Amino acid sequence: MLTRRTLLKVVAGGAGAAAATSVAGTAHARGNHGMPEKALGLLYDGTLCIGCRACISACKSANDMPAEHTALAIGDYWDAPLDISGKTLNVIKCWKSGTGTHKDQVENGFAFTKVSCMHCADPSCVSACPVSAMTKDPTTGIVKYNIEPCIGCRYCVAACPFGVPRFTFDQAFPKISKCQLCQHRFGEGKYAACAEVCPTGATLYGPVADLKAEVARRRSLAPGTRTTFPRGRVGGTDSYTGTVGKYVDHVYGEREIGGTQVMHLSGVPFALLDKPRLPDVAPASVSESIQHAIYYGLLAPFGFLAALSLLAWRSIRRETPPGGEP
Amino acid sequence: MTGPAPVGGRIWNRFTIALAALIGLAIVVLGARFYYGLGAVTNLNDGYPWGLWIAFDVVVGSALGAGGFTVAFMTYILNRGEYHRIIRPALVAALFGYVQATLAVIIDVGRYWDVWHVIVPRYAQVNSVLFEVAVCIMSYTIVLFIEFTPVVLEKLGWTGAKRRLEKVLFFFIAIGVVLPTMHQSSLGTVLVVFGPQVDPIYQTNLLPILFLVSCIGMGLATVVVEGTVSALALARPFERELLGKLMRIGQILAATFLVARFVDLGIRGALPLLFTARAPAVMFWIETALFLTPVLLLGTAASRRDPQRLFVSALTMALGGIVYRLSAYLVAYDTGTGWTYFPSMGEIVVTIGLVAAEILAFIVVIKLLPVLPPARGAEHG
Repeated sequence: MLTRRTLLKVVAGGAGAAAATSVAGTAHARGNHGMPEKALGLLYDGTLCIGCRACISACKSANDMPAEHTALAIGDYWDAPLDISGKTLNVIKCWKSGTGTHKDQVENGFAFTKVSCMHCADPSCVSACPVSAMTKDPTTGIVKYNIEPCIGCRYCVAACPFGVPRFTFDQAFPKISKCQLCQHRFGEGKYAACAEVCPTGATLYGPVADLKAEVARRRSLAPGTRTTFPRGRVGGTDSYTGTVGKYVDHVYGEREIGGTQVMHLSGVPFALLDKPRLPDVAPASVSESIQHAIYYGLLAPFGFLAALSLLAWRSIRRETPPGGEP
Repeated sequence: MTGPAPVGGRIWNRFTIALAALIGLAIVVLGARFYYGLGAVTNLNDGYPWGLWIAFDVVVGSALGAGGFTVAFMTYILNRGEYHRIIRPALVAALFGYVQATLAVIIDVGRYWDVWHVIVPRYAQVNSVLFEVAVCIMSYTIVLFIEFTPVVLEKLGWTGAKRRLEKVLFFFIAIGVVLPTMHQSSLGTVLVVFGPQVDPIYQTNLLPILFLVSCIGMGLATVVVEGTVSALALARPFERELLGKLMRIGQILAATFLVARFVDLGIRGALPLLFTARAPAVMFWIETALFLTPVLLLGTAASRRDPQRLFVSALTMALGGIVYRLSAYLVAYDTGTGWTYFPSMGEIVVTIGLVAAEILAFIVVIKLLPVLPPARGAEHG
């Protein structure tokens, strides 16, 4: 006969097993998601960037983002944002050391870097969003934001290790803002505005597979030699001849949290450029593995519920004599 | 033995008027929050998109209400009738804790008019830990109302309806235990997706278990604190035996929490981080001291009958859980250089207002409805 003691043991055992599996080896059971075959992305090569900020301005107009006012040491400027925000999807930042005279040099040097959505293969924001407002396009891999379901909980803002989704805290009817690779312009045969206007091809748009080949080509060339750089999009007609940079031995975005569709090359270590050091394992895969271990098919919660219902029913029945108050 | 009875007496006195004033102040701030947006009254920013309202009102507030499901579990699942006397106050505390958490969510989400989207099937994102938390908290708040309904029916004298409801109450009691174990553990899992943004002292796959264990302790501690305060404020008997038994469980939970934490830190090789001069390490030691207090204070059977020891143990236990949650959600969270957060005056005023509303609602309910056990005269001097 099924006694209370056995039932309790089963319940405790089940709960314990669920807890143990979530903690032990299964923590990365689902593994990182890969990116789609035809994933689209960007390659940003800091050694080619001249800091002209044409990409910032082009991004603003292509995405209908509001102009903003920035108080700088040299005076007040319009549209010279220092960081991405609810009003700005893309910025170029400048890092400087010492006298700041030599480009892409650690001592007395300076270097440029780009901040915009990395379009992760396994995005934390998509995993976090409770209402599917953040999604990853199954074909292009673009991480998209749909305002319609969004409840403004900002779990995506908190989850992104690159600090990308931003929130319009200054508005009574706020929203999330992030780069969506100008997917709304694809229909017109256009592509990411930042890459389109980049005069040096420092920001290059294209299929991730082609961008990766371009990364490999650049890294295989001897620094200082002359080569042809594509401009705008990889595989397009526009190109120019320039000098191969002296790259650090790290392609940012190649492995970070399982890889991203935006990759960065740099002449100085990425830590100096405030790029976070991240593990190869996607936090989304760890989080989802724990959730799935506990809630697989909702078997554990329903089993738990059935057992507890039975016990509670027996307790209450025993307690309540016919017609009596419990 | 007679059943619970309303405390009676006047509702408005100096204390309750002060509570109402605090609520009024919060409403003024909330007016500004809804008219001008979150940025106008909070210090929230893109580096700290979650602040006091989420970390305290939602995460801590709901955990302090965990006494409801814990006492229900002991009374009805383990069938310990002795806890029957405290089930109603525990349920009321849980109900208001969860109503407070729900209100805080609505205040905090930017697009509050669309907050119901979490229950729209085509929007549901089942991989999201927050989805599970949101649906679960919402369902449990409704379950708490159902569990509380017999009290209201009893007051109204609708015995027929009460008896019918009590026939199916076993199911709501069961689901009222399952749901909080789910979302209270998930409130820990929420942080897992933040990955390296949460300090390694706090970021662990054990988060769901640590949050679950500590919330049960916090819930029991709240029942003990509330029982002590009611005994003092309303000159009612101090339930020495019962509260002592609750704190015995609390003590075991505190010890379990501490052991699990140190073993986990040891396995992950994170123990050396505890001896660094950083805020998360400092917070860790504060929590450890707080959780250690009930373990040390309640060593003997006699000490577990001492009202002062019980009260201090309950306070430190609850405080340990509070500090642990605030640390994990705010202090240990670091999304990169340049971001800082400390709650604004407006955020603090709203949080105080919500807590005041919870206390005021509790006072009104125990005065009007049969919640507290009746005074038992000389039994416990």
